[in-house]
Amino acid sequence: MNQAVTLDAKSPDPRLGQVLKLAVMAVGGQGGGVLTNWIIDLAERNGYAAQATSVAGVAQRTGATIYYVEMLPESDRQPVFALAPAEGDVDILIAAEMMEAGRAIMRGFVTPDRTTLIASSHRALAVSEKIVPGTGLADSRAVAKAAEESAAKFVAFDMEAMARDAGSVISASLFGALAGSGTLPFPAETYRETIRASGRGVDASLAAFEAAREAAAAGRTPTTTELTEAAPEPGGVLPPAATPVHEDADPERMVGPDAMLSEWEALTDRAKALPEPVVPLAQAGLRKLVDYQDVAYGREYLDRLDAILARDRAAGGEAQGFDFTANAAKYLATAMAYDDIPRVADLKTRKGRFERINDEMRAPDGTLVHVTEYMHPRAEEAISVMPARLGAWVEARPHLVSALDRAINRGRRLRTDRLAGFAMLYVVAGLRKRRRGMLRHGREMAHIETWLDTALGRLDTDYAHATETLKIRRLIKGYSDTHARGLAKFDKVMSGATLVEGRDDAADWTARLITAALKAPQGEALDGALQTIRSFTTAGEA
Amino acid sequence: MAERSFKKEVEQLRIGAGETFRGEGILAITKALLENGVGYVGGYQGAPISHLMDVLADAEELMGELGIRFEANASEAAAAAMLAASVHYPIRGAVTFKSTVGTNVASDALANLASGGVNGGALIIVGEDYGEGSSIMQERSHAFAMKSQIWLLDPRPNLPSITDAVRQGFELSEASNTPVMLQLRIRCCHVHGAFEAKDNVPPPLTVREALSSPQRDTSRIVLPPASFQHEKQKIEVRWPAAVDYIKDNKLNEFFGPEQGKVGIVLQGGMYNGVIRALQRLGLADVYGDTEIPLYCLNVTYPLVDDEFLAFCEGKDAVLIVEEGQPDHIEQSLRSILHKAGHGVKVAGKDVLPMAGEYTGQVMLDGLEAFLAKYAGDTMPDRARAPNRPGPVPDLSEVVPGRPPGFCTGCPERPIFAAMKLVEEETGPHQVSADIGCHLFSIMPPFEIGGTTMGYGLGPASNAAFDGGGEKRPISIIGDGGFWHNGLSSSIGNAVFNKSDGVTIVVDNYYSAATGGQDILSSRANNKTKATQNPITEAVKGVGVKWVRQIDRTYDVNKMRETLREALTTDHEGPKVIVASSECMLNRQRREKPLLAKAIKEGRRVERPKFGVDEEVCTGDHACMRLSGCPSLTLKMPDDPLRDDPIAHIDQSCVGCGNCGEVADAAILCPSFYQADLVHNPKPMETRMARWQRRAIDWLQERRAGKRLAREAVR
Repeated sequence: MNQAVTLDAKSPDPRLGQVLKLAVMAVGGQGGGVLTNWIIDLAERNGYAAQATSVAGVAQRTGATIYYVEMLPESDRQPVFALAPAEGDVDILIAAEMMEAGRAIMRGFVTPDRTTLIASSHRALAVSEKIVPGTGLADSRAVAKAAEESAAKFVAFDMEAMARDAGSVISASLFGALAGSGTLPFPAETYRETIRASGRGVDASLAAFEAAREAAAAGRTPTTTELTEAAPEPGGVLPPAATPVHEDADPERMVGPDAMLSEWEALTDRAKALPEPVVPLAQAGLRKLVDYQDVAYGREYLDRLDAILARDRAAGGEAQGFDFTANAAKYLATAMAYDDIPRVADLKTRKGRFERINDEMRAPDGTLVHVTEYMHPRAEEAISVMPARLGAWVEARPHLVSALDRAINRGRRLRTDRLAGFAMLYVVAGLRKRRRGMLRHGREMAHIETWLDTALGRLDTDYAHATETLKIRRLIKGYSDTHARGLAKFDKVMSGATLVEGRDDAADWTARLITAALKAPQGEALDGALQTIRSFTTAGEA
Repeated sequence: MAERSFKKEVEQLRIGAGETFRGEGILAITKALLENGVGYVGGYQGAPISHLMDVLADAEELMGELGIRFEANASEAAAAAMLAASVHYPIRGAVTFKSTVGTNVASDALANLASGGVNGGALIIVGEDYGEGSSIMQERSHAFAMKSQIWLLDPRPNLPSITDAVRQGFELSEASNTPVMLQLRIRCCHVHGAFEAKDNVPPPLTVREALSSPQRDTSRIVLPPASFQHEKQKIEVRWPAAVDYIKDNKLNEFFGPEQGKVGIVLQGGMYNGVIRALQRLGLADVYGDTEIPLYCLNVTYPLVDDEFLAFCEGKDAVLIVEEGQPDHIEQSLRSILHKAGHGVKVAGKDVLPMAGEYTGQVMLDGLEAFLAKYAGDTMPDRARAPNRPGPVPDLSEVVPGRPPGFCTGCPERPIFAAMKLVEEETGPHQVSADIGCHLFSIMPPFEIGGTTMGYGLGPASNAAFDGGGEKRPISIIGDGGFWHNGLSSSIGNAVFNKSDGVTIVVDNYYSAATGGQDILSSRANNKTKATQNPITEAVKGVGVKWVRQIDRTYDVNKMRETLREALTTDHEGPKVIVASSECMLNRQRREKPLLAKAIKEGRRVERPKFGVDEEVCTGDHACMRLSGCPSLTLKMPDDPLRDDPIAHIDQSCVGCGNCGEVADAAILCPSFYQADLVHNPKPMETRMARWQRRAIDWLQERRAGKRLAREAVR
């Protein structure tokens, strides 16, 4: 029965090596289909038989999508092509976004023996990255590192920006990078012919194509700065206390009347005289506060910093690089420049704002720009700007508060390009001058006092813990309910920090609490971490 | 107006014999229908055959010339019922829909159709939404073919094969008086290729002509006693006729040598995958010439016993490559062997996985395992010492998931933002969802919605809670699902049962998730379809008394108030909110060229966009948690004092208004501003603006002269 033909041992058909396999991984809406059609046209133009497939459907709606192309020099017979990429069997992988490059690597489509990985280093953030209250951005550097290891050749740069600069879309720059990578045996001119034949936005597409082709031919890969800017910090890990400043960048200038500028110079000199690690933060803080209030407020800030520095020095802070003062410089400035209505109104009525908006909107000459602000003031905000005693008096009368709320609490849309709307905000911005007498100011200052005292109180016994205590301030941000939630989290972490006081790992625990608090909006992770702390501290259920 | 226009491609449908057709698989299918004298076509959109419906709609003019009737059916059931025209009349008809969900809906009509049998060829083209990119439960159409005795074609995934299958399908249907299902997988629908065209053929008898001489044959109607005869007829007459046709016309194909130690039996749709695995194992060349005998089942139901037995003759072992489960084909083939007492060894779902898509790697591993086991001594070098790639870097902690979500400016986003705000006040509700774009509300940031039981069944799937309780149940249904069968199954059902629940009808003017096809309530003028039938009228017509129409979903406050009212009113019976705003994807496609033209012609045009005042934003991301808009993203401020990224609106913003409305409704923060670009303003307007601007400039200068400000935000 078994006179079957035996199989000859042999290697795969050498022509199989000529089959070029190319996959495109994109985010729905990026125009992966356009790119795929171009590649097909290019292949056929160069005498290749080509086949393309895609998985469309709902995945188009901002989800991850994949397109796949195979090609072989045309002959009198039709080759059999596969309809989907296989692990370890892809020659060219084009990722239209950095994390999609990561996804391709994870799926095994990028292998060191054969795959050229062409990736745009820009980020289209996934929803999960955006909704984290702190920093939830994925780490592009980890993907770049994996790409260097996994790909035979790695070409990556910001093809999105390149396309945008040329007034085109990313498919054009991806096509250019494909040409520049030299992985397909086709002359650059045939790529251009393909773009020309497509007939729409040809000049812009060609410009984007050329820019990307040259960059890819030069073998560009993203610099660390580019990747860092794309993803400031890996998800879940807190950035260092001081975000590094661009060292070559000139410090931002202040503008205003000459008399005030000379006062300002004196203050800057004071800030410059601070220990070196503190200087950039103190300068930024000073700028922020003078801009926020006035020169005197900046002086107040420096006075406080001086006092803090003296305590820091006494606690042996020099050996710690004055980390405590540096963090104080950062968080004290943020705390003193709390967000209130005069501040918002001030920022929205500044001189340069219309130009900034025109730039942002790329408004062509001859167009008008209407600007509408979305404000929703409540009684709380109105009371907070009242003189302290009046505010406290009103606040103690619930009926009055609710009457006030009924009168005020509603969404207001203000047209600030019109005089009436502008004037209203302008007047509110003018309240800045009376800020020091307002109810809110007194409260903020008291809050700052308590916080600083707590931190300073730990300085002599546990330097690291004292510094972490300063950092808890990071949790306070946002407006209205979000601000209230931030305050509640701040209180919780402060109490947690008190629970661990005296332990060797107090600073670690406090840092962990901050991270937990930044993870979820309602603070579920924070409550869990606090629970853990209570389980090993004697305080029990607080 | 569908998402994609095929007007240009449709011109290719006119080409005749001697010319080469190039394009997508689905377009090729349309061409094949025209070449084979089809008399009428219909269907219901859904991936992966949405484009087929779009192509047919765009080709309506051409079809009219040929005397072909096209109908965009209300549902898959309606499409399948349309095939009734082929029961008594010798007219070829074809319908198309997504499977298996569409087949589920159509199964009543399909069963009746199959029982009575057909006179003219009846073809059901199903887009098998299985494997990567699928949006539905993973099931097989095969079971439907088996249960109703409908023949199932599964051709090799290339244009010549699938277009041939259309012809063969009609002929097989006529030869055996049985409807035929033509199964096309996702990638096959979208494959780009070429085939030799033939001339289009007008139907020998048009449906119009048939109307003039009505025919009937009671023996084809599913009524006792005929229905008992039908069952016997299926087995005793139609089945053997089908098998004869399949054999005589060589529908199933053989590749490779006739004799071999081992062989592979495969579904036609698996052919390219099997060949690629054989190529990688060194057992096939680029053209698919292989040393392993292959038996390619282009017809997977019914199977041809003697063809299969002949293939097994002289072989030690055969591998059955059958994607999906249950393993209907393997079971049948094993049963054939068993009955014939054949000793060949069979491998299938032991070396290949029982469940899941047969991707490149799965196929390679499975074939390799099979060959190593049954043909190990003759294995090629590659397979004996496979050169495996190293481990893949683990980026699972880094790379975020990217599920599909609402598009930029989607009008459904504010509906769910409002729902989330209501839930912040009242706590979570029992929420049932339907099928459609609104399902993305299940994903972050909204995370709303419990179940999805089927198209048009959102409110119906809350029926157990209709009696009410402390909190009212909420159900969501799209306009697509509403007209598909929601009006009766969900709304009528709720009225009849005096439901206490709240239903939100998400009306975006199209069947949006499937590509923006028009439906009954679409606002567009459609030359061949009756649109502009309001949902509220329909709802009132079936007896709903509490109906609210919201004409701008972006009004989050109103949306929230209406929802609150619906949840608290003491009105008895169902509460229905129709939330209407046009699908932004379609709106942009419609408006963009018009606006560009208007601007060019010097007409006044306002274009809204949103922005964020960087200094005002504190980076708490509360707005993101009520949005998820792709254009609302993050950027790192150039400020050493700040730790966290802040909100940023990129160039893709379409100015839908959601950011501002949500910031207002949720009292989030005053960072957002709306900037309306006024192109070609009126002279008076420009003058007024200039005058006001001068006054504002004066005020700004005045203040700037009395203070210090940072240069970046002066």
